[in-house]
This record gives sequence, C-alpha cells and structure tokens, in this order.
Amino acid sequence: MAFENLTSKLQMTFRRITGKAQLNGSDIDEMMKDVRLSLLEADVNYKVVKDFTDEVKELAMGEKILKGLNPGQQVVKIVNDELVKLMGGETALVNFTSNRPYTVIMMVGLQGAGKTTTAGKLAWFLRKNHAKKPLLVAADIYRPAAIEQLRTVGAKLEIPVFDKGIDIDPRDIVKLALKRAESDGNDLVVIDTAGRLHINETLMDELVDIKKIAKPEEILLTVDAMTGQDAVNVATAFHAALGVTGCILTKLDGDTRGGAALSIRKVTGVPIKFSGTGEKLTDIEVFHPERMATRILGMGDVLSLIEKATEEIDEHEAMSMMEKMMSGKFNFVDLLKQMKMIKRMGAFSGILKMLPGMGAIADSPKIDDKQIVYIEAIIHSMTEAERKNPELLERSSSRRNRVASGSGRSTTEVNRLIGMLDKQRQMMKRMSQMNPETAEKAQSGMLPGLGGPIKQTPGKGKGKGGFRI
Amino acid sequence: MFLHRQVIDVGIFAKLFGTKERRLQEQKYKIGMAKTRGGSLSNLKAALYGAKAIDDALFDRLEEIFIMADLGVDTVVKFTAALRAEVKKRAITVPRELENIIVDKMFELYLQGQIVDANIPYVEGGLTVILVVGVNGTGKTTSIGKLAYRIKAEGKKVMLAAADTFRAGAIEQLKIWGVRVGCPVVAKNEGADPSAVVFDAIRLAKAEAYDVLLVDTAGRLQNKVNLMKELEKIDRTIRRELPSVPIVTYLVIDATTGQNGLSQAKLFNEAAKVTGIILTKLDGTAKGGIVLAIRDELGIPISFVGLGEKLTDLEQFDVEGYIYGLFADFFD
Ligand SMILES: Nc1nc2c(ncn2[C@@H]2O[C@H](COP(=O)(O)OP(=O)(O)OP(=O)(O)O)[C@@H](O)[C@H]2O)c(=O)[nH]1
Ligand SMILES: [Mg+2]
Repeated sequence: MAFENLTSKLQMTFRRITGKAQLNGSDIDEMMKDVRLSLLEADVNYKVVKDFTDEVKELAMGEKILKGLNPGQQVVKIVNDELVKLMGGETALVNFTSNRPYTVIMMVGLQGAGKTTTAGKLAWFLRKNHAKKPLLVAADIYRPAAIEQLRTVGAKLEIPVFDKGIDIDPRDIVKLALKRAESDGNDLVVIDTAGRLHINETLMDELVDIKKIAKPEEILLTVDAMTGQDAVNVATAFHAALGVTGCILTKLDGDTRGGAALSIRKVTGVPIKFSGTGEKLTDIEVFHPERMATRILGMGDVLSLIEKATEEIDEHEAMSMMEKMMSGKFNFVDLLKQMKMIKRMGAFSGILKMLPGMGAIADSPKIDDKQIVYIEAIIHSMTEAERKNPELLERSSSRRNRVASGSGRSTTEVNRLIGMLDKQRQMMKRMSQMNPETAEKAQSGMLPGLGGPIKQTPGKGKGKGGFRI
Repeated sequence: MFLHRQVIDVGIFAKLFGTKERRLQEQKYKIGMAKTRGGSLSNLKAALYGAKAIDDALFDRLEEIFIMADLGVDTVVKFTAALRAEVKKRAITVPRELENIIVDKMFELYLQGQIVDANIPYVEGGLTVILVVGVNGTGKTTSIGKLAYRIKAEGKKVMLAAADTFRAGAIEQLKIWGVRVGCPVVAKNEGADPSAVVFDAIRLAKAEAYDVLLVDTAGRLQNKVNLMKELEKIDRTIRRELPSVPIVTYLVIDATTGQNGLSQAKLFNEAAKVTGIILTKLDGTAKGGIVLAIRDELGIPISFVGLGEKLTDLEQFDVEGYIYGLFADFFD
C-alpha cells in the first residue's frame, strides 16, 4: 500500500495522458494527485500543497497541449513555472542604506539552523561582491562557545568580530557594536543572534529590542532546508514578531528536497534570498527559484534544463567560445571569460555539460570558488600581450616569475595554469577533428587543470565529498 | 517502561492515567509538545468530534493531521490503511470510537510486537563507549552534556571525547559542558584526526577505569561520502579498541526535521550501526513524527528526547508519554 517512488509514478501518469490534444479535467485531477504527493514528500506544508494544487489545476485547465510537447511534460512545465513564479519575483537581494554610515543585517532563527556560519558567509559574500567592509557582531551569549565560533569564522575570513563576552545583555552588545562600526568605518554590520524557539517570549522580546536598537535594513531568517511541516509555524512567528525581510535556506548541499522554501514563501510572502550550499565559508549562493522548483518537484527533466540554458547563458557568447576552443586559438582572455561563465552559472548547471570538455566539471564536486579567484588573479597580472599569446609566457621564466609575484601566487601555480591552458587547447584541437562519439569519451575522463583528474563519487546530489576549508 | 500488546488491549486510557507520576511525566511532554495553536494534531479532537460519519472525508482529515506531525507520507498511508481495515473489521460507525483505535494502532506501529528498552545498554564491568552522531546543528554536543550529567548522577565515572575537530568552537563548546557536568574532556587541536582523539580517549578511559566515554562527533550531512567514511573510521577505531563489546551509537534528530530524517537514519545506520535515536527540541512546536516513520521502516527505536537547553532537559523516551503528547488534545 505504500507508495513506490513517486517520480516513476508520475511518469506512469504522463504515459497515460500522452498523445492527447488537450488536457481534460480528469487527466489533470489524476496528475494533481501525484503532484500533491510529490510535494508532500518534499516537506511542503500540507495546507500549502492543497492551495497550490488547486491553483495550478485551474491554470492547467485552460491550457492546450502545445505541438511538439508531451502533454505530461506540459503539465510539469505549468507546475514548475508556477513554483518558480511563487518562489521568485522581484526583490532586492540586500537593501543597503543610504542615510547612515552602515547597513545592518540581523540574523535570526531556531537553534542549529546555521546562523553563525551563514553570518560569516554573508559578510564574505557582500565584501566580495559589493565591496563592503563588514563587522560581525557576536550577540549569542547563551550557547556555549558561540562567540568562540564566530571569532574563528571571522579570523578565517579576515573579517573583524565584535564581542563583549557573555556577561552582558545582547542589547548592550549591539549598541556598542554600532558605535564600533562607526568609529572603525565599517559600512556593514552583521549581527549573529542566538538561536531561539519562536515560542520563547522572553527571547523573542530580546530580538524585538535589538531590532529597535539597530534598525536593521535586513532581518534574515535562517532556516534549515530539512525542516518539515513546522517551517510554517516558525516563519510565521518570526515574521509576526520582527517583520522578516528575507530568508536564507541552509544545508542545501544535503539530499533534502527542501519544500520548506515553498511553504515559507507562500504563507508569509517573505522572499528566499540566499542558499547555503556547504560547510566552507564561501559556500553561499544567491537563491535560484528555478533550481529550487525542480528540486522540490523532484523532476529534473531536460525541458527545464533547456529552459535554463537559454536563460542563463548568452548563446552568442557560448557559440563564439566554442568556436574559439575548437580552433585551438584559445587564450587566457578566453579562459577568463570561461571562468566567469562557470561562475555565473554555477558548476552544476546542466548547461555546463553541453560545453565541450566541461562534462567532467559538471559532474565533479563543486569547483572551489577560491581556485577561480586565484586563476583570475594570475591572469590579471599578465600583460595584454601575454594573455592573448600564451607562448610568450611559455618561453620566458622571468615573465612567469613576474606574473607570480604580481598575483601573489606561487610560480608553480602559474606554471600549472599555463600547462592547463596548453592541454585544453590541444584537447580541443583533437576533439574538433574527432567524430562526436569519440570526442565524448575523450572529454569525460579529463578535466583540464583545476586540480587534475576529478574522481567521481557515487551518489546523486551536489556537493558530494565534503571539500572543506 | 515496557509495554506488551496485551497491556494495550487492557485499555490504553487506564494505562495512561495509571499513576500520578505517569501523569506528571505526560504533563512534561505536553508542555513540550502541545503549543501549536490551530496546527497539527490539535485538530484531531475536532476532526473526530465534528465528523458525522467515518467516511473518506474523515480519513482525508486524519491523513492531513498525521502528515502535519511529520509522520512521513509512506507511514501515514500505511497507517490510515490499517485504520480503515480495523474500522471495517470491528464494524465501527461512530467517529469518536476511532480515538482508541488510533492510539492503539500508534502503539503497535511503534512497538512492532517487541519490548522496546530505552535504557542505555551499559557494558557490565567495563568501559561503555557512546558515540553520538547526526547532521549539523541537531543538538549532539548539548545532548552529550545532558547525557553525561544523567549518567554521572547514576554514580558512574564519565569522560567526554571531543572528536568534532572540524567545526569552529566545537571543542571549546564541549569543554564548557565538561565543566558544567564536572567530567574530563579529552581533546586535541582543531583539525586533528577525530579517530586519533577517540583512540587516545579510549586508552585513557580504560587506564583510569572510567565507566562511560561519550564521543562527540562533527555534524555531517549523510550524503557526503567522505564524511561518512570518516565516521566509519571512528566506528572502526572504537571496535578495534573494544572488541566483542557492544558500542552504543545514538543518532541525534531534530524534531523539526521532515522527511529527510529517514534518509539520515538510513545512511547513518549504514556507516555506524545506530542503537537508538535522541529526538531533540521537542520543547518547540514540532512533533518529530518522522521518528515513528524511522521506527516503522528501519526498526530503530527512540532512546531519549531533548526538551530544552539545560543539563536536566533530557528524558528517557517513553512511548506512552510521546503518543500522549501527539494526542494531547484528547485529554484536555
Ligand atoms: N530548544 C532546544 N534547543 C536545543 C535542544 N538541544 C540542543 N539545542 C540547541 O540547539 C543548538 C545546537 O546544538 P548543538 O548541541 O551545538 O548541536 P550539534 O549537533 O552539536 O551541532 P554541530 O556540532 O554544529 O553539528 C544549540 O543552540 C542548543 O542549545 C533541545 O532539546 N531544545
Ligand atoms: Mg556539536
């Protein structure tokens, strides 16, 4: 009586409704039963599932089956589009202030959600992408060694941490921290508050007071992606008390489907802004509603992949890159572009697999952001001529030494990068002469540069293998 | 503590309200679990008392209530099917009579006709190692503090091992619990090999005739192959040092966890055979129903529940109390 794998059950329904010109009511009903179960299995709140499937049903009812599309796929597309629409929408990532010297972000949430780590990641992210000068504030006086933890995080990221120990009221810590930010010229203050239950009135009051004191531009609720049905209660309570401005979903590198994202958004209207995708302090990403929709629905099919492809990559850019690669004239300028593309799309983007030589990257554990930063630094230290003409560097060790000292990286690393480009050029050249089948074989085993051949770990999902800082 | 099928048949309500102490304990669970206004199982009573007949609509409603407690889709489906069968068998027509059946069936689901013992299976006259594992942030370190306090109160000599050498501040955190409880903590530097910490701790605990060694491990997501291998290595180290005695392994699960709890239990159990579950944060509004699905599908019992952040906020799992908590509104 227990359900089989729901995805395969869905596939069955697809098959049943394939080959019709129009979706009729009972087809959709049948379909929605499966969608409903799939969403429940993904931990979407029961009531949210109900409302959502009702809404989508109405939408689907009006739709004709498009030519060339499998009707099942089309229903999935409708469901998927609706999920994306719900979880996405126009919201500023972070509202920076313009009328005082610093912007304040307050991190709040239940115990163990990941606030401290995420506070560090966020400060790092905003320093890197918005040239902010952050100050981390240790306002968790309750959990043993919480301050110690934030200090360590700060030290690793080279971000200052303000703390006053645990024998002081968190409200006073915040007051003092703001003064410090002003005197030290920090234009961003990230407050790490203690984890607390949404039903603990004393501690919720403390947050309300801190809000009054710090007047934060952002109050970000940190939520564990593995949260079940209770997510709605938690988010509703925090939102009611504080007026949360955004949500961060953590531990998304796990194998959870993450239905909490949908529940929270639908019930509170609070946008999900970031996702935490690993234990490294650089594992933070802007929230991608499309990826989340696919994940919650549990159907990563080709359709959404193609959609994403057109969305996330400029076709022209990709094509000219491909031509360049094939011609064997690939140089450091192109490599830099390629890096930026990878960065923009995320290493797991399905589109990566479509680029020659990139299949292995796409299947590998996440490329270390740091490595990309290092490679960029090295390339930036080259002269224009060297970038376009890698031979110049190959021939001259003094050039290589200069680049190394200019970028702050070792000569070995510079040499490795030059070697990597050379390998890639040769491989591309060879591939362009092969027939497609052999070419595919050739690329799967080999990833040019970036730490040598990638060992593929079994299992699904991303972020396998725990590459930690 | 133990409960036989026969006992259930005698009448669950008589049992539930048997003694004053029991009543008090139930009260404690209730404090921990019944704060969700208008949510979850608080609707159960309304559903049963409001329904005119036992029909599909009522079963849908029950299904909703169980799902909202995170019981897990498969378990709920199985459970409601069993309810339907029982209703048919006994030819029941009045919704209120479902009350008893639901509670009964819930007991059956958990007990599976076995005697479930939530006591710590100590090694007689030797060192008992208790390994505490789980995903990030579930309450492993806190639970170790609470367990240590409890075990020490039983008159045993307790030692802690800081085998979370990864998370910033983790060693420091365990040391603070060590001070609170008044027991020694074996630790190396951040970044040290966790198995090496465990090795040293076992040698020391044996040499100094400790009764119990509690091992704190780093939080890890169960799908990270390398980290699960690391855990296997810790487990192997313990077994090598203490051959032919059972190792106690507790998996800590946060009550707010949804369906992923099942995957956690499955994969952690594969890496290091799990003895029992510690269900934490039951003092919130989440019911932690996924542990029933875990018991149902993997047979792993629940050993302790966490009901707060203080040293004393740990209770031995008591199935009656728990189910009482789930259905607290029946008894208002
Ligand atoms: N309300 C409540 N909070 C708890 C309970 N158990 C643990 N916590 C809190 O949950 C947070 C995380 O607990 P830890 O013990 O650090 O969790 P951990 O599993 O050791 O975390 P990592 O080592 O980082 O994976 C802390 O703030 C604890 O105080 C509980 O039963 N109830
Ligand atoms: Mg810990």
